[in-house]
Amino acid sequence: MSLLELENVTLKFGGLTAVDDLSFSVEEGEVFAIVGPNGAGKSTVFNLISRFYDPYAGKIRFDGHDLLQVKPSGVAAYGVARTFQNIELFEHATVLQNLLVGRHRHRTTNAFSELFFTPSAKRQELENREKVEEVIDFLDLQAYRDKMIAGLPYGVRKVVEVARALSTDPKLLLLDEPASGLSVEETSDMRWWIDDIRRQMGITVLMVEHDMGLVSGVSDRVLAMADGAKLALGTPAEVQSHPAVIEAYLGKAS
Amino acid sequence: MRIVFKTDYMQDIRPWKDGYQLSLYLLLLVVAIAAPWWLDDFYLGELTNVLIWAIAGLGLMVLTGHTGQASLGHAAFLAIGCYANIILLEAGVPFMIAFPATGLITGIIGATIAVPALRLHGIYLAIFTLAMSILMDDIIVLAEPITGGVAGKFAPPVGVFGVMIDRWGTPNEFYWLTLGVVVLVTLGYINLLRAPLGRSFIAVRDSEVSAQAMGVDISRTKTVSFGLSCMVTGWAGALMGLYAGAFNNETFSVVISIQLLMMIVIGGLGSIHGAFFGAIVIGFLPQFLSIAKEYVGAVIGGSTVAIPGLEFGIFGMILIAFILFEPMGIYGRWLKIRTWFELFPFYRKDMFKRQKSYLKTERLR
Repeated sequence: MSLLELENVTLKFGGLTAVDDLSFSVEEGEVFAIVGPNGAGKSTVFNLISRFYDPYAGKIRFDGHDLLQVKPSGVAAYGVARTFQNIELFEHATVLQNLLVGRHRHRTTNAFSELFFTPSAKRQELENREKVEEVIDFLDLQAYRDKMIAGLPYGVRKVVEVARALSTDPKLLLLDEPASGLSVEETSDMRWWIDDIRRQMGITVLMVEHDMGLVSGVSDRVLAMADGAKLALGTPAEVQSHPAVIEAYLGKAS
Repeated sequence: MRIVFKTDYMQDIRPWKDGYQLSLYLLLLVVAIAAPWWLDDFYLGELTNVLIWAIAGLGLMVLTGHTGQASLGHAAFLAIGCYANIILLEAGVPFMIAFPATGLITGIIGATIAVPALRLHGIYLAIFTLAMSILMDDIIVLAEPITGGVAGKFAPPVGVFGVMIDRWGTPNEFYWLTLGVVVLVTLGYINLLRAPLGRSFIAVRDSEVSAQAMGVDISRTKTVSFGLSCMVTGWAGALMGLYAGAFNNETFSVVISIQLLMMIVIGGLGSIHGAFFGAIVIGFLPQFLSIAKEYVGAVIGGSTVAIPGLEFGIFGMILIAFILFEPMGIYGRWLKIRTWFELFPFYRKDMFKRQKSYLKTERLR
């Protein structure tokens, strides 16, 4: 059984069909990329998986659960973490606090024990901190641990967002344009990190990305979309040479 | 410059950074406990007033400063706390039970009111809560059999561990009672901020979308925030009632709500210190103004006739000045001054540049 399955998913905003009868599945342990021109509905697919939008028709299943049955905040509990295209960090908190929010789905204490900071709350804090430190080590964020997000440069914020998603200990990681706005060096760092996330941590990655170098470098399978519909699905090389994809990007030869 | 060398995660988890900081706060506590010996009765009364405002400020800070939900209706919760406490006392419930129960009642009412308020954001929430504050006045008048209506109610002396405390008869004991509540509420607040719940408040304030993606249930978090905020505000209201001695429907007018919000903005949104700094400004400004007025009157030879609206005019100007020049409030300014000294001579003008105030509207809506 696949980890994530979308089955005939359709989403309409008024008269506009943003996602049109889309079906694909992501297997456990692979890096799956979605490419396509602007407005193809790539981020909308992410927002559907995150349950920010309700699909007009179709099914979304994750790890045997029907995702359409849960609230947006329940998706994380199944082990789906995500980043955002326009960075959505908690601006007026430190990097450490941001990452600790990522541990929220593992919270076992309640408001009462936290107000009195009982030994169990303390134990949980220590555990959370240890997990977060692993992520900080993995993504080389030590220097920024106690810095406010509001004062950080763009490239670091992108990495912090990935770190926050990893702090949730996910099974599936959704990366929405992880390399957009990054320099060449930062993009190649991101490439090795994505590779390591899959190999060392065993996390399945689903990403939307425009940088074809990054996409062909790390992904096992690529889905090309245009106008909300599937154009092609296959290995990076197959998709890049697919006539429909070339047409969507470059137009028809006349 | 003081550098804290960290070797243990507990150094980040415990509320104080190092022994130096801890001893400073303990010293402050000792000075505060000893206040009756170095202050006369009038200023002790004023200090008590400041502390009560600080409790109310902490209550509103949870909601507005940390969860990002502006409320212009917290005077209503002060009123609920005040009346609940006195009504329980009059029913013969001992103060030591009535006081915690007051917090519980106000908290539950607050959490209930949060349910319709959850759908509102930014300015709409402010208007909703403002309306609530105005309504509370009428509700108190209409519910005359319980609340005493326009005639109001009088606060009886209360017993704490067998000691009878009364604002005028035993000002020292009343001060200590207030100080005790302040310390307990502050400790609870510190614990909240270092635990997942406090962080989820901050998450909801800064980005609701990504808070959701991290598994934070927005409605539940806001409801809990409303509940905790109103609980603390209820306690402040109960103490305010005891402090005032007599109160009626006009004691907790909408003006108090606005003052409360102004207080935490001036003090500094999103910090415990901010509630205290703001309370000092709000609490001492009227005294300061009357002294200043007398002084000005003596110099220019004018009369000391009360100028209507002077206090609010000054408050308004101070608030505008803060929003324009120091959106981080007094606490933000304090941080800058401290950083300047700690880093001397390496402080840069733009170090705090990108940190703006919180109250923002929603992006995905």
